[in-house]
Amino acid sequence: MKARTVDKIATGIIMAVAGFIILLLAGFLAYIIVRGFGHISYDFLTSPPQTFREGGGIGPQLFNSLFLLVLTMMITIPLGLGAGIYMSEYAKPGRLTDFIRLTVEVLSSFPSIVVGLFGLLVFVNVFGFGFSLFSGALALTVFNLPLMVRITEQGLRSVPREQKEASLALGISKWKTITSVMLPMAVPVILTGTILASGRVFGEAAALLFTAGMSSPRLDFGNWNPLDPTSPLNPFRPAETLAVHIWKINSEGIAPDARDIAAGASAVLVMTVLAFNLIARWLGRLVYRKFTSSR
Amino acid sequence: MQDIGLKSKNLSVFYGEKQAVKDISLDFAARQVTALIGPSGCGKSTFLRSLNRMNDLIPGAKITGEVWIGDQNILNPKTDVVLLRQKIGMVWQRPNPFHKSIYENIAFGPRYHGIRDKRKLDELVEQSLRKAALWEETKDRLHKSALALSGGQQQRLCIARSIAVKPDIILMDEPASALDPVSTAKIEELIAELKQEYCIIIVTHNMHQAARVSDRTAFFLMGELVEFDKTDKMFTNPANQQTSDYISGRFG
Repeated sequence: MKARTVDKIATGIIMAVAGFIILLLAGFLAYIIVRGFGHISYDFLTSPPQTFREGGGIGPQLFNSLFLLVLTMMITIPLGLGAGIYMSEYAKPGRLTDFIRLTVEVLSSFPSIVVGLFGLLVFVNVFGFGFSLFSGALALTVFNLPLMVRITEQGLRSVPREQKEASLALGISKWKTITSVMLPMAVPVILTGTILASGRVFGEAAALLFTAGMSSPRLDFGNWNPLDPTSPLNPFRPAETLAVHIWKINSEGIAPDARDIAAGASAVLVMTVLAFNLIARWLGRLVYRKFTSSR
Repeated sequence: MQDIGLKSKNLSVFYGEKQAVKDISLDFAARQVTALIGPSGCGKSTFLRSLNRMNDLIPGAKITGEVWIGDQNILNPKTDVVLLRQKIGMVWQRPNPFHKSIYENIAFGPRYHGIRDKRKLDELVEQSLRKAALWEETKDRLHKSALALSGGQQQRLCIARSIAVKPDIILMDEPASALDPVSTAKIEELIAELKQEYCIIIVTHNMHQAARVSDRTAFFLMGELVEFDKTDKMFTNPANQQTSDYISGRFG
């Protein structure tokens, strides 16, 4: 009798906690979206910001955020996959491997402002990339790499041993086994990690203040030559992202509608992250099906 | 068709300090089925997995001795283990088809080994499926997922997959123990069919199965080879008392 009562109480508490978390999340989302939604318009999404007058938009910032995401992932994914494959399939268990794993863990727990300062010192000054998208992407890679490595490793380890053995037993090399049998099976896990990493890129502000900079040069959206300084595609130009822009207008914006712009930009940020999640999941299922021809 | 068998000489396997397989020398003839029997933990599976160096994957496992296939010593560190494994097919206890289509499960190996021509691949897929007695059931859904097949069909697919790369030897680790009686009977029929071309080594817990499918039987106990003889003789008139006790079900 007593055990059953305890069980009921425990179930109740767990349900209550879960409900509270969902409520908190839903309330939070609703607040941001309701407050900012009214301000979103085509004009708001495409026009450049105004410093003193009303009616500024977030066009360049939105573009910068997306472009920085792509740029960061172009660096993070190959490095993360490579290191993850090494850790899971090639590294022999031992002190060195444990040390590498510890280093990766420590790297992921750095405060982002410290990573930003590190980026300022190393990428911006020593390497001379200046305040640029590229410096920003490198700084964000510092953050995301640990997550990417760990997720890749987990994904590969979740593949049943018999699958790997079946491929090796056909006389297929280790590398081909990893790329053709194991990685496709690990796609759902790895994809989740990639989405998490992308969410961080989108929301990160502190690490970008000192690396990607807080201003955008005048961009000419008709110019797609990545080497031209006014081209939006140039990775070596400074770029203020959406998250940085929100922080900036909230703390020092002097346009009369700064509050509304911040609210609208926040709503856009949240919705973009949500949309990105959904699209990535859908894409991942598609890729998984294509590789495994399951329906 | 080649007359290549397999030979182990003084083969021992260690897991750390523990010796799982003790100094085993066995001859496996071409076009014969050899059954490895013995109670759980007697080292028969470990022995089997040493024959294609699958135990290389297990940290802490160490193998000594020799395993000869033709004029090549498998355990020689210089032997190219990737090439070697093409000659030795393997079938596991639980069916483990790749998470790919039926066609891809079979074409994956041959394509890697250099057959790119679509027509040749199609032919090879059909041939392999026919040999595994699976063609009629799957020819209309070759490009559907292999995971939608039943357990018995999956196991036959795994056999088809391994013969598609033209091995000389097929290792089977309790290939029917996860299957229902009907599927088991089909696998056994298949083994009888396949032995006309391949040297088959099968680990089994099922005495009747060993008696039904094998030409020779090796009885393992505590990592040692107790007796090795023609299956008829082992099951009717074993030389060793322990063999007799095990076969008649007095232990194990």
